[in-house]
Amino acid sequence: MKSVYLHKRLTTVFLKSFTFLLLFSLSFSAIAQDVVDAARQKEGRKLYNNLCASCHKLDRKLIGPALAGVTERRENEWLKAWIKNNAALRASGDRDAIAIFNEYNGSVMSAFPQLSDTQIDDILYYTEVGNPKPVVAAGAVVSSGGQNEAPGWVISILAAVIICAFLIIATLLKTISELQGAPKTPGSLGALKEVWAAIQQNTFLHVVGVIFLLLTSAYIGFGTLFSVGVDQGYQPVQPIAFSHKIHAGENKVDCQYCHSSAKHSKHSGIPSVNVCMNCHQNIAEVAEGTEVEYNGVILRKNELDKEIQKIYDAAGWDAENLEYTGETKPIKWVRIHNLPDHVNFVHAQHVTVAGVDCKQCHGPVEEMDEMYQYSPLTMGWCIDCHRETNVDLKGNPYYEKIHKQLAEKYGTKEVTIAQLGGIECGKCHH
Amino acid sequence: MKKYIKYNIALLVLATIVSCSDKRERQYQYMPDMYVAVPYEADAEKGATGVSSNLKPVNGTIARGNVPYEYADTNADYEKAKSELSSPLVQDEVSLEKGKKMYTIYCVSCHGKKGDGNGYLSQAEKFIGIPSYKDRDITEGSIYHVIMHGKNLMGSHASQITHDERWQIVQYVGKLRNDLLK
Repeated sequence: MKSVYLHKRLTTVFLKSFTFLLLFSLSFSAIAQDVVDAARQKEGRKLYNNLCASCHKLDRKLIGPALAGVTERRENEWLKAWIKNNAALRASGDRDAIAIFNEYNGSVMSAFPQLSDTQIDDILYYTEVGNPKPVVAAGAVVSSGGQNEAPGWVISILAAVIICAFLIIATLLKTISELQGAPKTPGSLGALKEVWAAIQQNTFLHVVGVIFLLLTSAYIGFGTLFSVGVDQGYQPVQPIAFSHKIHAGENKVDCQYCHSSAKHSKHSGIPSVNVCMNCHQNIAEVAEGTEVEYNGVILRKNELDKEIQKIYDAAGWDAENLEYTGETKPIKWVRIHNLPDHVNFVHAQHVTVAGVDCKQCHGPVEEMDEMYQYSPLTMGWCIDCHRETNVDLKGNPYYEKIHKQLAEKYGTKEVTIAQLGGIECGKCHH
Repeated sequence: MKKYIKYNIALLVLATIVSCSDKRERQYQYMPDMYVAVPYEADAEKGATGVSSNLKPVNGTIARGNVPYEYADTNADYEKAKSELSSPLVQDEVSLEKGKKMYTIYCVSCHGKKGDGNGYLSQAEKFIGIPSYKDRDITEGSIYHVIMHGKNLMGSHASQITHDERWQIVQYVGKLRNDLLK
């Protein structure tokens, strides 16, 4: 028995030490793989981002070829010659240089004679090792978003169930007490009957009741009628989950970058797809961790990348080969803000001449994942603003004289839009 | 059962009123013919020929306010524009100020306030590799050409900015470049 026991122990020791060795060697090799010269990587990345990134990406083709693994494809000497002055290299009759130049349809790469050999080596080193790995702190993975709140109707149903339960319990208790010999009470229904009989005999209550009913129905009726044609809060589902919060908020793109016709035109038009492509030709994927709440669902990177693909489909952009196929189709955005045809509202007048901030009418657009109509856009709303807003009289030589006369006429230094005739019917209805 | 009909009607009316406030639908319109334009509206789905009203100008015509640009989107024409094209505007303080205003809307996100390629999108590494104006050999003509046709990763901004505004931007970019070169 003893020999067996010893054998068992020996085996255990042997196995344990083997496992330890295995783990050790594995961890060592893992460390060995991760050893990156951070200083060179940083220097190379800085140079690369400044000089190369406008035309090259590491992992995919852009204006020029993808640069990851370029050191395996080409000799170091050749790369240095090409980077410093590719035109001279081509002129010297280098076959590889001419081939790559023709492959990219003769787009000329800038020459970088200012780069030293060490700097070029740093850039090439960066293309080998890539970006520094993000350090993920242990336990950093926290389920974000959490539980969605219960929808309103569930709460209403629950409330109704609870009230019903109380009523049933009350009735049961009453029945029990009656069965136990308590005197029979008229009950709530009986009490109501008595009150009703009293009301029927009281003329004053009749009058008060009728007035109350009339006022309530008038309130509801007029409220309903006043909301006819007022689309405040209108938020249709759009064909692309475009988030103003990301574009105008996080990325601080000016409103007029996309809505460029606002400054000269009646309309602040919906941008055509070429405006999207000004940025999205380069940006084919959203950043990690981007979240957009759209139509009650939280969209993350996987879904949002497909939304960018929708722009490519509309523009006919082939993201693999980086060229336009010519097969375009319109994106059918749903219009939100729409004034009746009998009003002439001009964006240019408000944006360019008056210098009104877009937010004043369109609300906190930079916080909206999903766009909605912020203002009521009713006539009263227009007039309120025209009555309260002062006209900027300074620096307008053409109107200087009339502005001066107006200021004297109204006895103030400031003149409101209304005093300038901004609430005359014909100003907007013509 | 008869007495319940009243309550049902009341409920129905209430439901109709409540259902009016669906945010995905427009409100009812009083006399829709006063709301909807008889002429074709901008961005309308259906235009004169039944297709979208958002069309390019007919071949051989020039849209009002536009100025034709003869240089094509090729390397040869880029060089040509670079050497021979110059601003037709009177370049004064007023146009410089307008140029700055337009630059702040259309260029600053990438090229930065000083034109050193350090705009917000560049800092946030959303759009990297924006060159500084001082590192590029650019002229009035080449700047205008690039605004018209784009170059490499920069797209054409011709549709967003008018002829005069482009030249005002060119003036302002020239000023930024000179400031950087100082």
